[in-house]
Amino acid sequence: MNPSDYFLILLGVMSVAPAFVVAFSKNLIRSAFALLFTFAGMAGLYGFLAADFLAVLQILVYVGGILVLILFGVLFTQKIYTPEVAAGRYAFRPVLLIGAALFAVLFFVLSAGVAWDTIANRPAEPTIRTLGELLLSRHLLAFEAASVLLLTVLIGAVAVVRKELT
Amino acid sequence: MNRLETYLFISSVLAALGFVTIASRRNAVAILMGIELLLNAAALNFVAFGRFVKNAAGTHPLDGQIFAIFILVLAAAEAAILLAVIIAIYRQSESIDVERLRGLKG
Repeated sequence: MNPSDYFLILLGVMSVAPAFVVAFSKNLIRSAFALLFTFAGMAGLYGFLAADFLAVLQILVYVGGILVLILFGVLFTQKIYTPEVAAGRYAFRPVLLIGAALFAVLFFVLSAGVAWDTIANRPAEPTIRTLGELLLSRHLLAFEAASVLLLTVLIGAVAVVRKELT
Repeated sequence: MNRLETYLFISSVLAALGFVTIASRRNAVAILMGIELLLNAAALNFVAFGRFVKNAAGTHPLDGQIFAIFILVLAAAEAAILLAVIIAIYRQSESIDVERLRGLKG
């Protein structure tokens, strides 16, 4: 094990352990803040995967945007002083069982030793330029569709939330 | 350690936990958190496969990251619209317990 492995394990634990809090905590605000550590750990993992632009994007969009939205939703929609009302569960044991089975299947497939056609030690290069060129050439249609989607969301969110003018 | 399987393991744990969160929580915002966990797990899979697996003919090695970027866009859009819906429901019924939301019509 070289030193970077310890760092990788640390990042892995940092992104997996808070996810348990997200799934099982009785306090929703605690869940929301645990999600922060998961997202930050994922950004670190992207760094390990030589996806520098994606790591920055993860911090910007997830930590800076989506997490704030989720916290806003948590704080806006419940009485903070009765958190147990907010974090109720439905059919917890069967769901836990199915979740464990799902993980067991995934882990079984993972440990079955599928011979992926892997490349060892692909060089880690800056990706931003290549990603930009790809977005505007091969994936141009999806790129444009995403911009239309964002415009629709912008208008739709306002239309859903606004009060009716009578 | 920096192998494909490490990342697949992390993302499988995240996916299972995301599923548990979505299926067991009664609070709509908590369900949104579960969806984010699942989407993150999927994006990590795309990037890890793109990094470690030899790309097929006619594809680019960074296509996996492009997929992750679009997942990010979709997650942001979905979080915004879901939050708008949740707030509209909350205004109407003072509760976002998905067990108690049975009516569909305005």
